[in-house]
Amino acid sequence: LLKHLAQTLRDLDVWMEPIDLSTPVDIRVPFTSLQTVKAFLETEDIPYSVMIMDLQVMLDEEQDQMLSARAAAPRTTDDYDYSNYHDIADIYSFQDMLVAENPNLVSKIVIGQSYQGRTLNVLKFSTGGTNRPGIWLDTGIHSREWITQASGTWFAKKIVTDYGRDAALTAILDKMDIFLEIVTNPDGYYYTHNSNRMWRKTRKPNPGSSCVGTDPNRNWDAGFGELGSSGSPCSETYRGPEAHSESEVKSIVDFVKSHGNLKAFVSIHSYSQMLLYPYGYTSTPCKDQSELHDLAMKAITDLASMYGTSYRYGSTINTIYQASGTTVDWTYNQGIKYSYTFELRDTGRYGFILPANQILPTAKETWLALMAIMEHTKDNTN
Amino acid sequence: MILVWSMGWTLLILLVVLTVVHGNPTVMVRTGSGPTVGFDQHPNSVPLGEDIQTTTEGESEVVEEVMTTGVLNPSHYPARRAATVVQHYLNTRYGSPYRWIFLSTVHSGSAEEVAEMGRKYQLALTMQEMISNVSGQCSAELFFPGGEGQSAPQVQASCEGLHQSNTTAQEEAFYQQHRTSNNLASGNNIPDSYGHVEPSMKPFWHLGGVASSFIMLRESNESTLYNMAQVANFTQLETEKDQLRFNYHVLLHEMISQEIIHWKLLVTWSPEQGVQVLQTELQPKCHHCEAPPNTTN
Repeated sequence: LLKHLAQTLRDLDVWMEPIDLSTPVDIRVPFTSLQTVKAFLETEDIPYSVMIMDLQVMLDEEQDQMLSARAAAPRTTDDYDYSNYHDIADIYSFQDMLVAENPNLVSKIVIGQSYQGRTLNVLKFSTGGTNRPGIWLDTGIHSREWITQASGTWFAKKIVTDYGRDAALTAILDKMDIFLEIVTNPDGYYYTHNSNRMWRKTRKPNPGSSCVGTDPNRNWDAGFGELGSSGSPCSETYRGPEAHSESEVKSIVDFVKSHGNLKAFVSIHSYSQMLLYPYGYTSTPCKDQSELHDLAMKAITDLASMYGTSYRYGSTINTIYQASGTTVDWTYNQGIKYSYTFELRDTGRYGFILPANQILPTAKETWLALMAIMEHTKDNTN
Repeated sequence: MILVWSMGWTLLILLVVLTVVHGNPTVMVRTGSGPTVGFDQHPNSVPLGEDIQTTTEGESEVVEEVMTTGVLNPSHYPARRAATVVQHYLNTRYGSPYRWIFLSTVHSGSAEEVAEMGRKYQLALTMQEMISNVSGQCSAELFFPGGEGQSAPQVQASCEGLHQSNTTAQEEAFYQQHRTSNNLASGNNIPDSYGHVEPSMKPFWHLGGVASSFIMLRESNESTLYNMAQVANFTQLETEKDQLRFNYHVLLHEMISQEIIHWKLLVTWSPEQGVQVLQTELQPKCHHCEAPPNTTN
């Protein structure tokens, strides 16, 4: 009977042919024949059940899933989705891909290990020379500030894209090296993905306390222990047992000292939309206050030119709060004049959980500010 | 809507009574112990019994800040912190699931000591309503009470242009949609880790932000800067007395200490009565969430 039906209605697509009386037959029925088939089966008293209501829907869903699965593993840095947040594995793969694709421009330096043994990776962008003057950029020292690691990834790609195409960037790289540490606090970053989105500090336990972690931006030897950091391990601004106690910090300290020729140091945070220069631990103005203030103004003006995003700027202690043991206070005291802290978007509406659709605009506008700082550094370096 | 308050000193106390009677009455009760002083308690409120444990290990750092007096630099933090307090105040007065106000710019400000009582600020600000993108110019006066104890700041503000956005239709539709208790709403992690908010969750996000403003206003002083970081979760309860009711668990970010502070709130709202916060309860910092794998304690 079914064979006869299949012959009559040519558009029936039989998936499992009738073999014997006890084996079910599977038929894909086009919508136009649906009523006819149902009527026929009921008239002839052939029991049936609908296995899939709408095959097309299922196929569409499967297609979507396949596409998104493929998107999860980019094979080149051109495939990489810069407009989304990525976990640490993705970013570390990205770093290796970038080096592999640009062997004459980019190399990866492992400056140390995190408390939990993750590598601390720094990308070096260099067109040659020996120990050229350098510019340092870091993102993600506070792990919950996800816009920073995302921006750092974009900056890395931007540098390789623009070298040889953008005159200003090319001029910088022909004279100086750029060092970029994207995931400066990898243990924290992992923790924000797997346990607590709002984690800020490192993940090193504190003896005698149930509270974990030290604030890596209070752990530097500049005004260490003074007002503007906490002595309590449970505090988000815990300074640590001693300066440079955290390997994430000490590795950078060692790198900076052994390099000996860095001219600019920019540490990137979020949120608040501010550009800050030393000091945080004292209200005594730094020696280069006037120049740093003017350069900050130029940088945030350039930043605003892109989308109108407005930044405040000034010394850390005046603009945001007194903070001791911070990164750029230490680097400035080491003689790295152009030491700046960025606080990226936004001003509190989303705060740390900035929507992914703001990654590209944030990275692009911030890049203009970074270019202003890097250019000025280059023009004022022998 | 333009609010005009007299600037005279003697009328500050009158102000407290007036805000009770005015449009959006706010009944706020803090459960449990702790100093409660004057302004932050509605005269009709009845404190509920439960004691809250607030465990803090170790001391918090003492940030000794020299309090600026005279003309304030609009870029520097003293004006900014005071301006944020005004933002919280405006949200307690005018906020709703469709109206959420944020500080845009500080134009100018000044501060002065008020002998043995506290410090007074005057500010010229631009505020922005986030959903309609309407901006308004505001002038505000704040008083931070000095001395011991946790006393909430007192704020007066007059704004022009801010309430141009007509939210009536949206609010009414939202209210009607949720007032019958067939399908009580709930949600968590708003925004999620990636900053995403489902469209249907947006009014609940805004409402959480506005409700949080009551706490943030109350808890603010010259050494704090609060923002709501996230709605951890919310659950709608049965509508009572024509008010939508919700339990909220919110995460507040305090910028100076960098702490994430958990609060639970009981919130009601209707287009007519506005947002009210009936109960607030501080949650202890979640130490057990942070237990390291191999501690020997």
